[in-house]
Amino acid sequence: MTDSLIKIEGLYKLFGRTPAKHMGLVKQGLSKDEILKKTGHTLGLKDINLDIKRSEIYVIMGLSGSGKSTLIRHFNRLIDPTEGKVVVEGQDIMTLNDAELREFRRKKMSMVFQRFGLLPHKTVVENVAFGLKVRGIGKEERQQKATQWLADVGLKGYEDQYPSQLSGGQQQRVGLARALCTDAEILLMDEAFSALDPLIRSEMQDQLIELQEKLHKTIIFITHDLDEALRIGDRIAILRDGELIQVGAPADILLHPADDYVEKFVRDVNRARALSVDTVMKPAKFRISAETVGEALKEMRTSKHEYAYNVTGDGYQGALALDQLEELDKSEYGELLTDEHYYDSDVNVEPDAVIEEVIPETLDQEYPIPVVDEEGKLQGELSRDTIAEVLSPQPEAGEGEETEKTG
Amino acid sequence: MSWITEFPQLSRSELLTVRKTLDEAYREFSRSHGEAIENFFDPLLAFLVWIENLLISTPWWLVIAIILAITHFAARSLKLTIGVGISLFLIGFFGMWEDTMSTLSIITVCTILSIVLGVPIGIAMAKSNRIQAIVTPILDVMQTMPAFVYLIPVVMLLGIGKIPGVIAVVIYAIPPVIRLTNLGIRLVDKEVLEAADAYGVTSWQRLWNVQLPLAMPNIMAGVNQTIMMALAMVVIASMIGVKGLGQPVLQSITNQYFTQGLLNGSAIVVLAIIFDRVSQAYAKRSQRHMGGRHD
Ligand SMILES: Nc1ncnc2c1ncn2[C@@H]1O[C@H](COP(=O)(O)OP(=O)(O)O)[C@@H](O)[C@H]1O
Ligand SMILES: [Mg+2]
Repeated sequence: MTDSLIKIEGLYKLFGRTPAKHMGLVKQGLSKDEILKKTGHTLGLKDINLDIKRSEIYVIMGLSGSGKSTLIRHFNRLIDPTEGKVVVEGQDIMTLNDAELREFRRKKMSMVFQRFGLLPHKTVVENVAFGLKVRGIGKEERQQKATQWLADVGLKGYEDQYPSQLSGGQQQRVGLARALCTDAEILLMDEAFSALDPLIRSEMQDQLIELQEKLHKTIIFITHDLDEALRIGDRIAILRDGELIQVGAPADILLHPADDYVEKFVRDVNRARALSVDTVMKPAKFRISAETVGEALKEMRTSKHEYAYNVTGDGYQGALALDQLEELDKSEYGELLTDEHYYDSDVNVEPDAVIEEVIPETLDQEYPIPVVDEEGKLQGELSRDTIAEVLSPQPEAGEGEETEKTG
Repeated sequence: MSWITEFPQLSRSELLTVRKTLDEAYREFSRSHGEAIENFFDPLLAFLVWIENLLISTPWWLVIAIILAITHFAARSLKLTIGVGISLFLIGFFGMWEDTMSTLSIITVCTILSIVLGVPIGIAMAKSNRIQAIVTPILDVMQTMPAFVYLIPVVMLLGIGKIPGVIAVVIYAIPPVIRLTNLGIRLVDKEVLEAADAYGVTSWQRLWNVQLPLAMPNIMAGVNQTIMMALAMVVIASMIGVKGLGQPVLQSITNQYFTQGLLNGSAIVVLAIIFDRVSQAYAKRSQRHMGGRHD
């Protein structure tokens, strides 16, 4: 599923009285501070280009004030851009009139807010049904649907409570249920979990991931927390002072930060916990195809490999070390290769395992560990060196430390 | 250079001309349009008379029973209900029942009128900064201008009677509803509004489902103040022929009837307290879910 669903092209947002007049300065590349000083206008977003694919969780990350909320509010036009396009399924939503925009918001996108944005005078189930009510759907039908979604987010039995009677985590579940209840394909989440305690937050993240496995929504998720971004994002876009600094998969961002700003985000992340094996493994190059000990020895000697992966017509068999085979007596050369010959017969490293989980196995072995997927196919190898390289601190991206910025 | 020691003012004759012209113009206006304006207010008068007659002709015990029922449903407080019952009984016991019913009817009509006019004005102010900038100074004038001053044109136009009384009371009492409706709507949580917009509300749905309900505590406070101010106007309104508790008070002032003044004054206070407690208890009960949000 790689077709593009939302495209943002050349998006600029300048806050102030006469933004159009000062776009020249923005395009000349003046900084946010300079523009503010010269014109009294705040640069919200600068030349944003995004391409969001169907069914992905797209995380937008940045420090407070970097323009995340401004950006996400352009998706459903809670904020209109000063310049640029927002294209959803080929349609530029800037061309919608009021009625069309309402229709678009009712059917295509729904939104979850940082401080929940629930109606305090309505019960939980009425809050969840709000989107359907706005659409003019009858009471019975919308209550029934809302009750179902409440159960799906784990709030069965809370239907007739009021939001103020619920904990923060529960209130945000209501917010999530409200968003899901409209069956909108696109979900906008502006720091949806940031107001919650860490434990509740990670519970909510798990729940979101779990729901996404069933629902396959396209989710735009805003956060200022890199751990959260890495945990749930398929791709991450990093924003600074209204500019897009880097877009990439979580591992990309972790392993190749584009500049100091990203570097600083990344520095404190526990990579062993954040990266999965497939993001760092190397290709398993040394392959042989042998039935017996003798054949294996012969192949490895000619190719001069210390170790090799035996892949026969029946698929991947195991990993062999040259020195272990050479210890065997010549009389055994005719024997078929079995588990006792393979050095990886009691280890099992899968591509989606987190590095932290496989460190013991990897460090125990002199030779690289093969990475084998669920179907028993050889995907790559993981060596002690690779792990050491990934876990050791990265060299600074820029020259020396940037001076700390305040505010 | 006389202007150093004396204020440069219009001469007496010039001043007289100004006054004469304005008075003449207004008198002319009231002669030619007075009747049309009176006719315009006829339905209001009919409504007022109807309510007054209804309250007076209904047996006293039934009126008390109805008021107690309203109190109970609004406030759900036994103590308050008993208190209201005793107060109303005492008012009748001291011979003020009819006047109290007259006052009650005019207050009811003025309050309804203030809400019907004031809430939409407040909504318009909240919607547009320009309207707010225009209306706010007018409200300031309405609240600071001594009531007697705007009684004059009203009486010139409509004579003495119930309608000018109602108009005077409404002018005096309407500002709090307008101000607090405006304030209440402007204070509505921005994120809740955004949420409503994100789900595609029309501006009518936004007003009805979000802005008014969330502004309700403030609007109710405004209505409460309006009722209190209307009650305070009862005595002044009685000067232009509004029947009710104000007239005996006015009589007491001119004739120095201390006890009569005290009794009728107390009846006004009792009415005020009843209105206040009942409306506040109702507001509190209906908004018990609005406060104390967890974060
Ligand atoms: N309505 C507005 N008027 C003026 N400036 C604004 C407005 N909204 C946001 N900004 C400014 O735009 C920048 C980005 O804000 P925001 O998108 O809220 O950041 P974030 O959500 O990343 O914390 C900030 O400098 C903020 O002050
Ligand atoms: Mg924000």
